[in-house]
Amino acid sequence: MAKNKDSQVSAVRKTKHGTAFSVFFSLLSIVYVMPIMIVIINSFKRKAFINKFPFKIGTGKMFVGWENYVEGIKKIEFFKAFGYSLFITVCSVAVIILCTSMCAWYITRVQTKFTKLFYMLCLFSMIVPFQMVMFTLSKLANMLHLSNPVGIILVYLGFGAGLAVFMFTGFVKSIPLEIEEAAMIDGCTPIQTFFQVVFPILKPTAITVAILQAMWIWNDYLLPYLVLDIKRFKTIPIAIQYLKGGYGSIDWGAMMAMLVLAIIPIILFYIACQKHIIEGVVAGAVKG
Amino acid sequence: MQKSIKKYFPIFALPTFIAFTIGFIVPFLMGIYLSFCKFTTVTDAKFVGFSNYTKIFTDATFLHALWYTALFTIVSVVLINVLAFVIAMLLTKGIRGTNIFRTVFFMPNLIGGIVLGYIWQLILNGILAKFGRTLVYSSTYGFWGLVILMCWQQVGYMMIIYIAGIQNIPGELIEAAKIDGATSKQVLRHVTIPMVMPSITVCTFLTLTNGFKLFDQNLALTNGAPSDMSQMLALNIYDTFYGRTGWEGVGQAKAVVFFILVAVIAMIQNYLTRRKEVQQ
Repeated sequence: MAKNKDSQVSAVRKTKHGTAFSVFFSLLSIVYVMPIMIVIINSFKRKAFINKFPFKIGTGKMFVGWENYVEGIKKIEFFKAFGYSLFITVCSVAVIILCTSMCAWYITRVQTKFTKLFYMLCLFSMIVPFQMVMFTLSKLANMLHLSNPVGIILVYLGFGAGLAVFMFTGFVKSIPLEIEEAAMIDGCTPIQTFFQVVFPILKPTAITVAILQAMWIWNDYLLPYLVLDIKRFKTIPIAIQYLKGGYGSIDWGAMMAMLVLAIIPIILFYIACQKHIIEGVVAGAVKG
Repeated sequence: MQKSIKKYFPIFALPTFIAFTIGFIVPFLMGIYLSFCKFTTVTDAKFVGFSNYTKIFTDATFLHALWYTALFTIVSVVLINVLAFVIAMLLTKGIRGTNIFRTVFFMPNLIGGIVLGYIWQLILNGILAKFGRTLVYSSTYGFWGLVILMCWQQVGYMMIIYIAGIQNIPGELIEAAKIDGATSKQVLRHVTIPMVMPSITVCTFLTLTNGFKLFDQNLALTNGAPSDMSQMLALNIYDTFYGRTGWEGVGQAKAVVFFILVAVIAMIQNYLTRRKEVQQ
């Protein structure tokens, strides 16, 4: 009912300013996607012309086809980097969701001094900047032989636990205890209760946490750079930074092509799960 | 019920506990201890008391970075929030194509800081070339370049949060104000803004901490050039650790100061904006 009225009000307004705003926002949207378009255009240009004429479309002498891509892929082993990034992100997110949701349920249902302290520490860890722990964390990870794509998952679980536990506990608190009690009386073990009763209810929060963590881990540069053995394992951000090479001498041809390859999968993913991503961000902000 | 769950501690909570201890608690405590030590690796630490901390405040690069970061944070918080709020207000008026605009404005958030830095390095250098300058000509160019980059990245994210906040305001409230004769300015000032205060709290918190902790974008856009003049705090700490041998202890002490700054600012901000929130 209220929605109906709202749309009537806005219908009146639409005739007054609507078209002008639509045009304005269309122009603004074009300006917004421009940077990405410019990078795509430049990725097909000969190296020497990229910095000289960044805003010209590469035709004739300037056009090099896929040369920059071929060179860039070879230089930084792009597909390997993509594989590592994908593996680390997917596995870390899956592990974070599984472990922190279980942990959050446990610390909400079992209230001891210890679990309360743990919850407080999780809250606390959210405001600690990475620089505070970067040196000691990378040394510790080295000592424990975690400097590989599998070991880093444990590091991500540890450093990402704060936010995830906080968000899951917020939601678990709102689940009525009776549902779980009924399941337990019917003979479910806590494990069955969690996976068959609690986890399905937690699903919306799990999606939110997954999106926030995936956005962070996929784009993270410093943590993997310090923790991983980067001679052997480069994720996409590390590989791109590696292209910078020596002092100021960036191979802009390869750089443009690799930027395009780094952006395209994200945009495709975004278009596919847009609704979840935007809802996840809103839900995350409301609870954060 | 509590008792029967309690036995399952090793399955439910232990993995996260172990990871959290390795990934956060131990590095954090060791970090605090090492800030009072002289060391090159973790095993050769020698206790030196407060000398690392006194060194920080005689280090001109740190003080410059602190001032530069503070200025950047203030400018970016104000710009991002005002722009995001204005766009959110306009996009909740039912303009045709709203969904497409929202999708487009949010998109840069998914692109990582390193990638963003190089995209904007190309574009800003291309524009500045017309005036015979580059981004690294002076720290002012680097500063505004970073502001533009951060606006492009974050306005969409904050806009999404503001839109959700504005859509949560009950329509009756605005109607009632209008019937009582409030102008649209008064509605904005006395109804809309107080009602979206929770969103403002979240958005200022996010932009504030993002601005203060900024690293990747700074590294990729200018890497501190010219001669560390466009270097922000996080990058300064990183450089102290890995760029100057023998300064690891000072780097760790800087990190502790950095952490305290972030924590204090976050708490003050939270207190100030939460106070203005109204109960719904």
